Amino acid sequence: MVEPILEIKNLCISFFTRAIEIPAVMDFSCTIMPGEAMGLVGESGCGKSTVALAILRDLARIGRITSGSIRFNGRDMATLDEAELTRIRGSEIAMVYQEPMASLNPTMKIGQQLTEVLFIHEKVSKAEAYARALEMVKAVRLPDPERMMRSYPHQLSGGQQQRIVIAMALLANPKLLILDEPTTALDVTVEAGIVELVKDLGKRFGTSMLFISHNLGLILETCDRVTVMYSGEAVETGPIDEVFGAVRHPYTQGLFRSMPLLGTNRNSSPLVPIPGQLPLPHERPNGCNFGPRCSYFVDGQCNKAVIDMLPAGSATHLSRCLRIEAIDWDAVAKSAVANVPTVIGDNLLEVHSLKKHYQVAASELFGGREARTVKAVEDVSFNAREAETVAIVGESGCGKSTLAKVLLGLELATGGTASFDTTYIQADPIDKRTTKLISSVQMIFQNPFDTLNPSYSVGSQIIRTLERFDIGSTTEERQNMMLELLDLVKLPRAFATRMPRQLSGGQKQRIGVARAFAGRPRMIIADEPMSALDVSVQAAITELLTNLQRNSRTTMLLISHDLSLVRYLSDRVIVMYLGHIVEQGTTDQIFQPPYHPYTEALLAAIPLADTKAKKRKVVLEGEIPSAMSPPPGCPFQTRCHLKSNVSGGLCETVVPPMRVLAEGHAIKCHLPTEVLDAMTPVIS
Amino acid sequence: MLNFLIRRLGVMALTMICLTFMVFYLVNLEPNLRKLAISQTEMHASDEHIESWLTRNGYRRAFIERYAAWIGVWPKKPNIDTETGKPVSRFSYCSEPAESVFAGVIQGDFGCSTKFKTKVAEKMLPALRATGLLMFWVMVTMVPVALFFGILSGMREGSKLDRTLSVVSIVTTSTPEYVSGVVLTIIFGTWLGWLNGSAASATGDGITFYNFTLPVITPAIYGMGYIARMTRASMIEVMTAQYIRTARLKGLGFYAVVVKHALRNALIAPFTVIMLLFPWLLTGVVIVEVMFRYQGFGLALVEAAGNNDIDLMLACSLVSVVLVLATQLISDVGYAWLNPRIRVQ
Amino acid sequence: MEPLSAFEIIRQVLVQFTSVWISLIVLFAFSLGFKRKLGLYGFVVETGTGFTGVLILGFWLFTAIFASRISPFDPLGQIVSMKDALPGTIEPISGLPYLFGGDKLARDVFSRMVFGSRIVLIIAPLATLLALSVGIMLGLPAGYFGKRIDSVLSFLANLILAFPIILLFYLLVSPGILETPIPYALAGVFFLFPILLLVTLFWSGYRSHPLQLGIRLVLTLLVGGWLFATFVFDRDPFHILRVSPSTLNIFAAVALASGPGIFRIVRGLTLDIKTREYVQAAQTRGETPWYIMLWEILPNARGPLIVDACLRIGYTTILIGALGYFGLGMPPESPDWGTAIKESSRLLRAFVHPALPPALAMMSFVLGLNLLADALREQSLKD
Repeated sequence: MVEPILEIKNLCISFFTRAIEIPAVMDFSCTIMPGEAMGLVGESGCGKSTVALAILRDLARIGRITSGSIRFNGRDMATLDEAELTRIRGSEIAMVYQEPMASLNPTMKIGQQLTEVLFIHEKVSKAEAYARALEMVKAVRLPDPERMMRSYPHQLSGGQQQRIVIAMALLANPKLLILDEPTTALDVTVEAGIVELVKDLGKRFGTSMLFISHNLGLILETCDRVTVMYSGEAVETGPIDEVFGAVRHPYTQGLFRSMPLLGTNRNSSPLVPIPGQLPLPHERPNGCNFGPRCSYFVDGQCNKAVIDMLPAGSATHLSRCLRIEAIDWDAVAKSAVANVPTVIGDNLLEVHSLKKHYQVAASELFGGREARTVKAVEDVSFNAREAETVAIVGESGCGKSTLAKVLLGLELATGGTASFDTTYIQADPIDKRTTKLISSVQMIFQNPFDTLNPSYSVGSQIIRTLERFDIGSTTEERQNMMLELLDLVKLPRAFATRMPRQLSGGQKQRIGVARAFAGRPRMIIADEPMSALDVSVQAAITELLTNLQRNSRTTMLLISHDLSLVRYLSDRVIVMYLGHIVEQGTTDQIFQPPYHPYTEALLAAIPLADTKAKKRKVVLEGEIPSAMSPPPGCPFQTRCHLKSNVSGGLCETVVPPMRVLAEGHAIKCHLPTEVLDAMTPVIS
Repeated sequence: MLNFLIRRLGVMALTMICLTFMVFYLVNLEPNLRKLAISQTEMHASDEHIESWLTRNGYRRAFIERYAAWIGVWPKKPNIDTETGKPVSRFSYCSEPAESVFAGVIQGDFGCSTKFKTKVAEKMLPALRATGLLMFWVMVTMVPVALFFGILSGMREGSKLDRTLSVVSIVTTSTPEYVSGVVLTIIFGTWLGWLNGSAASATGDGITFYNFTLPVITPAIYGMGYIARMTRASMIEVMTAQYIRTARLKGLGFYAVVVKHALRNALIAPFTVIMLLFPWLLTGVVIVEVMFRYQGFGLALVEAAGNNDIDLMLACSLVSVVLVLATQLISDVGYAWLNPRIRVQ
Repeated sequence: MEPLSAFEIIRQVLVQFTSVWISLIVLFAFSLGFKRKLGLYGFVVETGTGFTGVLILGFWLFTAIFASRISPFDPLGQIVSMKDALPGTIEPISGLPYLFGGDKLARDVFSRMVFGSRIVLIIAPLATLLALSVGIMLGLPAGYFGKRIDSVLSFLANLILAFPIILLFYLLVSPGILETPIPYALAGVFFLFPILLLVTLFWSGYRSHPLQLGIRLVLTLLVGGWLFATFVFDRDPFHILRVSPSTLNIFAAVALASGPGIFRIVRGLTLDIKTREYVQAAQTRGETPWYIMLWEILPNARGPLIVDACLRIGYTTILIGALGYFGLGMPPESPDWGTAIKESSRLLRAFVHPALPPALAMMSFVLGLNLLADALREQSLKD
């Protein structure tokens, strides 16, 4: 019989503050066999990273394993002394972290940092270490490996840095690789590349993996088995197909239901958010931790005693639920009733060949170097109608946020026009705009932890907005309006006097929404409104936004990189790359062939949490060019995998014109019609 | 890099012109000039006398012309004696050029010290040498000790060693030179008699442990705590950085992590601080030189200021401004050198 | 009469400070009793460093308040027979002891030390406040707008920072300069900043509430105008306060010396905070730049600013001491600690006792400020 590489049994970890003991992980068990990839899923605060650090015995000083055992390769990790521990770290267990930039030493060259691993664990000569490091840099498919070895971390892009971290982890050929949210900080197409790489290398070196992520899709793509964690406990574990195919825990089910699946939209199948909030670590309920949020909860049964992992269907599929047998797992969620689609109104926003260039000067006082131009937005034309949701999709640096700033009046356009309700606004800075216009165009921000001023109470921030927009005439009137806004975003009125730090991320985002809707806006720009939130919270905010928008007939510009969300929420989609719109059309047109090659790559990069869906592989090579020196011709030509289909080097020399393929569907591409017509769907 | 240096030097030149202009204006204020004239003529000179002395010696020429002449970009006209019609020097103890020539700072002519009755350059050079020696020893004792303390306490935040060293450095930063100088002299000079409470003999007989320790230790103590605290903060920040965890999980032992990964990153911030400490050390040196009667630059500055010695005052200002700007430049260049993120741009 | 023994001296000193001890007990009873309601201060007092810091600062604060009750003699009074008297010597006329002895001008060292605290405790915090308002008023726009405003202001700040402080003092606080209008002009500009700051603050924040705005503006201008007249022109219309030109000059010089440092800190904090989304949110609802700077950014910069202000008061104290040490600005008979150290340090070989009390007083006061700043920083980081 094969021995497991890692065997964790009934692990309990607590953090000890001066006053109390806070249990972070409780009764956690899992085994990883040689060559196997185990996924660990859960929302923030569920204890998944704590488990990872406990395996390497690198918990913070206040953290301690209170019971249970971790056996690595047959040895109990708790019995190892400091010397044995340092020997195992890096050589037998290696780790890859969330932020690649922060995990590399900024003052050491890549080559030094790589070879160091070999010098620590093996007696190798300098030449041999260099050769092996170089070999590994090649293995993680980095261009120009010799130059990479001589570079400092900051000279590499985020994706390249993460590849270096992976190379460093694999260099000593470890038996177990722990990946803690390795792609969270990266763009989708870069993420897809990293996931491919990890999968391949895992197979090639036979490394076992523990893959930690909040993203169910990523886990499905990379892992053989999965463990779902909730509030410090594993709630469901089993082979990936069984867990994803036949969910046997209400929390896992809730996660799936609160995620927009490709092919659904807000009208036909609304999301079902998980009600309530994650309990605080020292306020966990009796019995089932998920009990208070569970729709199958039975008083007296679920909250009576500690619940163990129970078999669910097969011997390897376990679930921490007493009512596995009693629940009808195939029933459709209760509130998932279809909505009537909104009627789209007249044109509200018309943008015509809008440009925004920045001058980056070297120094103001002594302009030594010549100023350089950043072409953040280059020739953008689109329109948005009343009550319509238009999504703007693209990776970081594509110009979508700059576009939003121009529309809001925070930046002035360099060229082109933008008219809002027949008024030209592209040259009006915000201090020249009328109060009416300002309140008509509002914004919902990305980071809920940053969107409220920490110095003022929630209520006063909303009242200030009302004051600015000349809404209400007396203080009492505004006070009442503020309370009504809280009702609108489904928060208790008592929140008016709370300070932002007392609110959770989702609650803060609700206040952000309330503030944006305070001036009865006609257009809302939502900049990645969900990206910083947990899946179950995302669903609730998504539903809130949808309903508010439906009732107020507000136009929404949704800026996002999450194509599942875009498909779910929007009526039309605009795909941007390096300041250009490369494709636009209705949501159906965008998600069906023919695609722009970039759209195709974006679609292929979505991690799908659906066992039935099949995805065609399109992995983008290379990096997004700098907006300071965009390539000549087609902006996408440096990374396009279909470029060979265009003759005469057209792509390198001529910016493609916008081609109308169908009513409302246009792409900026030189590809001949027959190539476009021959495209097959990315997802089937 | 070259671009950066050129731009930096440009700003430096501008700063220098602005500062010297301000100093030139302030030391040449009317009350100071009158005082000078009074001290150079008889005690109870009439207003006309004073006025004629000032006119004769060129102090009534256009301000900007005098400034330019002091810099050396405008010819300095000789002072003509109205009676003989021959050129005479302003002060009897310094010869000045007899014809109109460029003789300013750029040409190395700093003018004449009325207090020391000699050419400014002749007074300044030995004084600077003496102060340079003092500063050198201060740096040599202060910096290594401070860095060592800072690293030791920042390495393991919250440990007993850290707390002890933190208290020590907080106490030393709270002790300005004129306090520690007094206290140390009392303890080691008056009570124990181990060390000399005066460094006056250092000028003639050379420096010894006996006469030079207190002047060195006094400013060093004040600066030490400051650098140590800065180093500690920087070290703590680095030790919690993710790449330190990376290094630890690579399998490096604690001390290897500190030496190989933490040190260089942790020393970037203190380096700039140390360099920027020079102007501040200058103040300390002035206090120490006055306190221990050490014939250096600081004492010269104080004497010049106290005795309305305009040319010496100007020279002292110029020297200190140059020193400050030079250390700022070194600090910038060194920062770029230590920090590859800046260097490669 | 027999001089007091060391033990008797200590006992008598403790007795002299009775009013301070009582005040400290009240202060700490209050602080520790209500520590949960006192926010950050409550947490700070709980820590060892914070407690010590508050204790030392409280001691000097109450000493300054009760100075005339604590000191047995006039700090300027000379009693010839007590010249260079040793600690504990009894002054024959009053029968009271010179607890810490007499200096070379036969004044009571103890009383001078006690009265010296008044000078430091008035000038240092006020001058720091002045520098703080200058730093805030200039640092905010420099960080927020950037570009040319930033270049010019930063250049000016660096200009002053490139001036060795000692030189600055010799140039600005020399007696000759008092005959020129320069110190008044300088102080006039500096003292304008706090008024300007408050006016801008209220103007940007209460524009939609005319009544509240009016009350605040009138109050600011009245109080500000009175203080301005008092400090800058020494023309207090109510004849309550007197500020001599040389004191004014010290204010101006110290503010000029610490202003650029605060400017740089405020500028850095502004650069950081202005990237936050709540600032963008304020921009998108059309707030004016000054509202954003003073009401959105400044409140969130308060933590580091308070810590820095604490350290800076200590630094200012050291600067004022240095001024005294060089005999600049302060009248020669002034009991401030710096002057006292200067007077006594020349005679250390002969007499030690006049030098130690002011030196230790100076050190402990700065130490208290540094400890408090340290505790504040640590506690505010924990939030």
